[in-house]
Amino acid sequence: MAKANMSLTRNAMPTQDAQVRAHNFDEVALGYTEEMAIDEAMRCLNCKNMPCVNGCPVKIHIPEFISKIKEGDFEGAYQIISKSSSLPAVCGRVCPQEVQCESKCVRGIKGESVGIGRLERFVADWHNTYCTEAPVRPESNGHRVAIVGSGPSGLTCAGDLAKKGYEVTVYEALHTAGGVLVYGIPEFRLPKKIVAKEVETLEKLGVNVETNVVIGKTLTIDELFEMGYEAVFVGSGAGLPNFMGIPGESYKGVYSANEFLTRSNLMKAYLDNPDTPIMKGGNVAIVGGGNVAMDAARTALRLGAEHVYIVYRRSMDELPARKEEVEHAEEEGIEFRLLCNPTEIIGYNNPEDPRDPKNGFVTGIKCVKMELGEPDAKGRRRPVAIPNSEFEIPVDTVVISIGTSPNPLIKSTTEGLEVNDHGGIIVNEDGLSSRTAVYAGGDVVTGAATVISAMGAGKTAAKAIDEYLSNK
Amino acid sequence: MYKIINKKALNPTVIMMDIEAPLVAKKAEPGQFIILRVDENGERIPLTVAGYDREAGTVKIIFQIVGGTTEKLSHKEEGDYLQDFVGPLGVATHLHGLKKVCIVGGGVGCAIALPIAQKLHEMGADVTSIIGFRNKDLLILEDEFNACSDTLRVMTDDGSYGEHGNVTVPLKEMLEAGEKFDMIITIGPLIMMKFVVATAKPFGTPITASMNPIMIDGTGMCGGCRLTLNVDGKKVTKFACVDGPDFNGYEIDFDEAMSRGRMYADFERHAHDEACNLFKKEVK
Repeated sequence: MAKANMSLTRNAMPTQDAQVRAHNFDEVALGYTEEMAIDEAMRCLNCKNMPCVNGCPVKIHIPEFISKIKEGDFEGAYQIISKSSSLPAVCGRVCPQEVQCESKCVRGIKGESVGIGRLERFVADWHNTYCTEAPVRPESNGHRVAIVGSGPSGLTCAGDLAKKGYEVTVYEALHTAGGVLVYGIPEFRLPKKIVAKEVETLEKLGVNVETNVVIGKTLTIDELFEMGYEAVFVGSGAGLPNFMGIPGESYKGVYSANEFLTRSNLMKAYLDNPDTPIMKGGNVAIVGGGNVAMDAARTALRLGAEHVYIVYRRSMDELPARKEEVEHAEEEGIEFRLLCNPTEIIGYNNPEDPRDPKNGFVTGIKCVKMELGEPDAKGRRRPVAIPNSEFEIPVDTVVISIGTSPNPLIKSTTEGLEVNDHGGIIVNEDGLSSRTAVYAGGDVVTGAATVISAMGAGKTAAKAIDEYLSNK
Repeated sequence: MYKIINKKALNPTVIMMDIEAPLVAKKAEPGQFIILRVDENGERIPLTVAGYDREAGTVKIIFQIVGGTTEKLSHKEEGDYLQDFVGPLGVATHLHGLKKVCIVGGGVGCAIALPIAQKLHEMGADVTSIIGFRNKDLLILEDEFNACSDTLRVMTDDGSYGEHGNVTVPLKEMLEAGEKFDMIITIGPLIMMKFVVATAKPFGTPITASMNPIMIDGTGMCGGCRLTLNVDGKKVTKFACVDGPDFNGYEIDFDEAMSRGRMYADFERHAHDEACNLFKKEVK
């Protein structure tokens, strides 16, 4: 075998030029070539104690799959990843690797860590391009499990159970499977054909996906048991968007990030001549600093906005978004208005003419400047308003991206299902809720979090469901 | 895919369809709504359930042609399929315990009011129905309302049929004459519901209004359907898809709802014209 590549820097990810990609919805990152992947794999030292694996919520056998890449056995690498992850092409793109596997990499102590996420993406894409063999459908063990929601937690749980021979049906409320992967994360970060491909792979494993069924409305959890399912996993995801409670949030042109992104992604309002409308162009303010805020900002830019502002009440260091997304946003020309907190949204009002069609549309957002004060209980420095520092940014659209509360539909129609003060389903360490055989995971338990933590929860629940039904 | 079992034009711009959707038909209750997409890449639109046949497994929808999507929907025929049809969504109208109710419907809103009137009639309640239309040509469902109402008043804005005037005229007359309703249930254009509420207010009769704001998912995810209620002097944001679509009429900020409803007015007009042109071309 060739010697390890001791370069301190990782292979750069080829990307579309920032000026070009700011005007299209094609994927930003283009992926490693085979040569780049092998060269990057050579940087892995194959540590005996595998610190990277401990940083992975689904415990992918990282050094093992990277070794296969070194040998040029890309399909072998895929097989190793797919033992632990049902959605490798997705995770390679959207996981915050810098705070997970890559943060533990020994190469990161002096220099840059191995580009584990980029390698995972390469392997998954290679498999999806070149592998024509259908996955082997395991023999049925006769047990039936229902999954509520086809987002990352639901698909992971479904995949793990199907591989063990369970007959799994996934119920999805929307018209397309994928949950946040299709309605939330934009095309330029996660192409929808990749999600469709991952769902197709699960279907080949025997998973049955039923769209247009709202559990809690069309069918209840109790009815699922009556239909013969022996266990249910609830991964119904984030629910009602939070608003700030400041004046002007009902003006036309104020969106929640969920609505703005759903219109563009799921409903394809970014296409020419769409059936679903969305406000395009003008100036746009995004309130918030998470991944969803970055997605909304970059979507607004691609929809033709002149200026897009991220309005965030803390500083750059506290931005919760994935680092790469912030960098990409900056490169594309997103303007960061940090240490700013909105106090009011201003709308047009013609006192002369109540029928003026411009009435009620957003014209600006009023903000107050902030400074960081004493650390709070979590150790984050609390932002404090600077007196008399109010100013207005002229904008036509405001997108509020400050989180969501768990979906209310299931708890309101399922007796005996306990929820916490925030409305999240209460579960034990196995994902089991207060109801027998009802498991839950993902945003419906934790509130808005990451794709990979939802996948981790789906995986934990799948293991627990298997143990429960095997011993029944 | 969801099959169109039956289609009938109720007037030149209002169409009724029965859609095969057994799971929805099994659960639907008056006041709830469904969301449909006509075709791939189509818009998701909410329509309140206008009826259901649990045995046949069909759900009745009645819609007015207003924008691109309803124009496209109107060109679908019996035996054709809709891409998506999901529900029943929202909370059913609370009818339990009501003994004497006044239903006030306007235009295509009467289609949604009908199953409520029918259910109340079945429950043995005394039902007064006031249904209003712009003119005689737009009148729908008169016979159906007649069959389930103890008192029926049909109003037209121009006097071309029934009584001349809008729905608030007989409502005010009855309330002033001392009629005591347990509840007024109003469904129709926002401006009409606003005035129905204003008419009832001096008498303090409880009033429920059915809201139909812009929606996307309909399951409590996007927040597009939010509206403001004034509850004991405090502004409260509610979501029509999961908290409604029915709300206490006295609490609704109708002016805001009307303004928000016009957010895409230009887009809708354009989309409707485009859809019309498309169908005209096909005919040629």
